[in-house]
Amino acid sequence: MKVSRKDILNLLEKNAKLTAGEIAVLIGAKESEVASEIKKLEDEKVICGYGAFVNWEREDDKKITALIEVKVTPSRGEGFSRIAERIYKFSEVKATYLMSGAYDLAVIIEGRTLGEVAGFVSDKLAPLDSILSTATHFVLKKYKDHGIIFNDKEGAGERQLISP
Amino acid sequence: MKNLISQTINDLPFSGIRKFFDLVSEMDNVVSLGVGEPDFATPWHIREEAIFSFEKRRTAYTANAGMLDLRRGISKYMKKYNLDYCPKTEVLVTVGASEGIDIALRALINKGDEVLVIEPCFVAYKPCVIMAGGIPVSVPTSAKNDFKVTAKDIEKRITKKTKAILISYPNNPTGAVIGLKELEEIATVLRGKNIAVISDEIYSELIYGDAKHISIASLEGMRENTVVLNGFSKAFAMTGWRLGFACGSEAIISAMTKIHQYTIMCAPTASQYGGIEALKNGMANVELMRKEYDGRRRFMLKELREMGMDCYEAKGAFYLFPSIKKFGMSSEDFCAKLLKQERLAVVPGSVFGESGEGHFRCAYAYSMESLKEALVRLKRFISGI
Repeated sequence: MKVSRKDILNLLEKNAKLTAGEIAVLIGAKESEVASEIKKLEDEKVICGYGAFVNWEREDDKKITALIEVKVTPSRGEGFSRIAERIYKFSEVKATYLMSGAYDLAVIIEGRTLGEVAGFVSDKLAPLDSILSTATHFVLKKYKDHGIIFNDKEGAGERQLISP
Repeated sequence: MKNLISQTINDLPFSGIRKFFDLVSEMDNVVSLGVGEPDFATPWHIREEAIFSFEKRRTAYTANAGMLDLRRGISKYMKKYNLDYCPKTEVLVTVGASEGIDIALRALINKGDEVLVIEPCFVAYKPCVIMAGGIPVSVPTSAKNDFKVTAKDIEKRITKKTKAILISYPNNPTGAVIGLKELEEIATVLRGKNIAVISDEIYSELIYGDAKHISIASLEGMRENTVVLNGFSKAFAMTGWRLGFACGSEAIISAMTKIHQYTIMCAPTASQYGGIEALKNGMANVELMRKEYDGRRRFMLKELREMGMDCYEAKGAFYLFPSIKKFGMSSEDFCAKLLKQERLAVVPGSVFGESGEGHFRCAYAYSMESLKEALVRLKRFISGI
């Protein structure tokens, strides 16, 4: 049986710490097959990286996140990609999406202070050629990110220890 | 006080599970693989629908048989098993499949009728037969045959008094499933006889690998005498909602509705709203949960076998049923010692019927962390025997 790439991706997306051996047991495949499929997925950049989901609010070293709506003039021949590239290369930028609707690019920025984020927008982002306008929205609290509920109050729920 | 209680109930023992439960509840730091329910919460969209029903003041009784919208949803759902039931006359919404078992038996059984009960099985079957005035007749199954009942074993026990047969695949406690071939053979034995089939298919959605759920009611000539019981508890992780259903011919469902109307009135209204939403939009979540169980099943099976446990590959429900025969103690002893020494709770196979002796039931409806901890404890225990 061919190993299912989708099964592997679904498992790794939830828990990147799973080893090829563990995944093999979970989906009923051979470890070597899973390992080589993961390698392929990495080479093809389907898997783009591995990291932990961090709730920075729990740490003293807090971070400020902002979502910036950006309106731009697309450039001839390259559409929105040219300006998007000039934006996403800044290390402060955590995500950049081309959007449908009222604005063109959604840019997620992380900084240590409000001032740092505001400074980045006014000094680096807004002056870029072909940017028409920006609107900065600061994130006040993160409830859920990447499918994970921060501070999940529901917990595991209560079950009887033995039931028929 | 004793003589106030009916003779039947007086003679009826408490479930072996209860005894074990009492033992467990006195202990701390217990890791349990003893439950018969999902570890997932009911998917939020279903909970949201029930909350909405409260907000909209939908707090009254519904029709006895359940809301027509829900029965329509159930009727549509049953088509996936090649079954076609009229929502108005052939579907009854019950308080869990448990109520279905009780009222199906009461609707069918005359005093002294025999009911074949395929074992090992859910602990309530035999008591429900007895409370309905019937006489339970065990039909044992064994690991040798992957806990599939054979037509021959059924045929041997049919007498003039046999009125019904209670069958449940995927099975609790063994996790066994049954295929088309075996069901056809059983149907051949039962066809033309005046024997009702009560088919408890509560685990129909939880089936793995190449196994496929087939309802005995879908086989030629079997629909008329078969009541199919199912519910929302296991598939949608809705055990606490107490919502199930029964499907069958109008004659049987109408008789069951008579009992239901006098004893229950109707299934809880908010639960019914949740049930409508579950059937409408919940199947993707069922599949996610099923996949998760399947991974744990493979993991547990591999680990149990690697530590030397003799365990057949169960392909349904969320149970494994390893054999402990080689340790030379009763399943009750084994489980009691395991609990005392390692604080690990599993359920002795004997509580599910005589043919469950020599096994224990472990559920894998737990997080991987709990399963891993349980396996550490189990391994330590058996290496010390």
